[in-house]
Amino acid sequence: MAPTARPTVAQPLSPHLQIYRWTWTMAMSVFHRITGTALYGGTALVAIWLVALASGPAAYGYVAWFFGSILGRLVLFAYTWILLHHMLGGLRHFLWDFGLGLDRERRMWLSRGTLIGSVALTVTIWALALILR
Amino acid sequence: MADNRQNTNVSIRTPRARVQGLGPSGHGAGHWWLQRLTAAANAPLMVAFVVIIALMAGRSYPEAVALMSHPLVALILILAVISVTLHMRLGMQVIIEDYVHDKGLRIAALFANNFYAVIVAVACLYAILRVGLSRLA
Repeated sequence: MAPTARPTVAQPLSPHLQIYRWTWTMAMSVFHRITGTALYGGTALVAIWLVALASGPAAYGYVAWFFGSILGRLVLFAYTWILLHHMLGGLRHFLWDFGLGLDRERRMWLSRGTLIGSVALTVTIWALALILR
Repeated sequence: MADNRQNTNVSIRTPRARVQGLGPSGHGAGHWWLQRLTAAANAPLMVAFVVIIALMAGRSYPEAVALMSHPLVALILILAVISVTLHMRLGMQVIIEDYVHDKGLRIAALFANNFYAVIVAVACLYAILRVGLSRLA
């Protein structure tokens, strides 16, 4: 069959992110993907750290120096928050998978709780690490 | 709409038999299930991982090697690497399938996703085993 010319009338598009009013559930859904993608890249840092440890004192020295620097600590701090946020988001999805907390009030509070909980846990863990040092 | 279904009168093969084995039949929920299974495993493993990283901070090289050589630490890290790399590979696959529409690019991205996950997993496991077993030699 010969290819037909594309119709010139504008085809209706399905609505996407920019159409909707932002809600907590939507924002946390987007955050879950973004934090997941960041963690995906972050595993390379874990691999570099472990391979450096296996390579000897010189290689480990460079990696330990980086993670001990201001930039390195910032990366680790962000990494902690991203990991905890994705973890709490995952637990929220588990609740929803079991059909729990899906009504309007609860789903909004579960979503807010993901952000509040991840920030609180991150600050607590770093405060504890600095105090116990 | 034109009826373009195959004429089943000329063959004894039923419509179901013709599609059997095509597409995701038989393992449709496998991806979803493994994503949840590894998520459940990741939760406690990542809590342990954060503790191990916190214990590692500020250690000299011999001290770091000594901690990594502890069987419990090495075992937790091995389990974490396996569960995390499986989980991240599945997650990135969904993202690629959602956003990369060009067929060639999508196949390339799915290949790269698998290579990345396997490289990270093997590099981590090699390093953990090398450090963990080095003291026995």
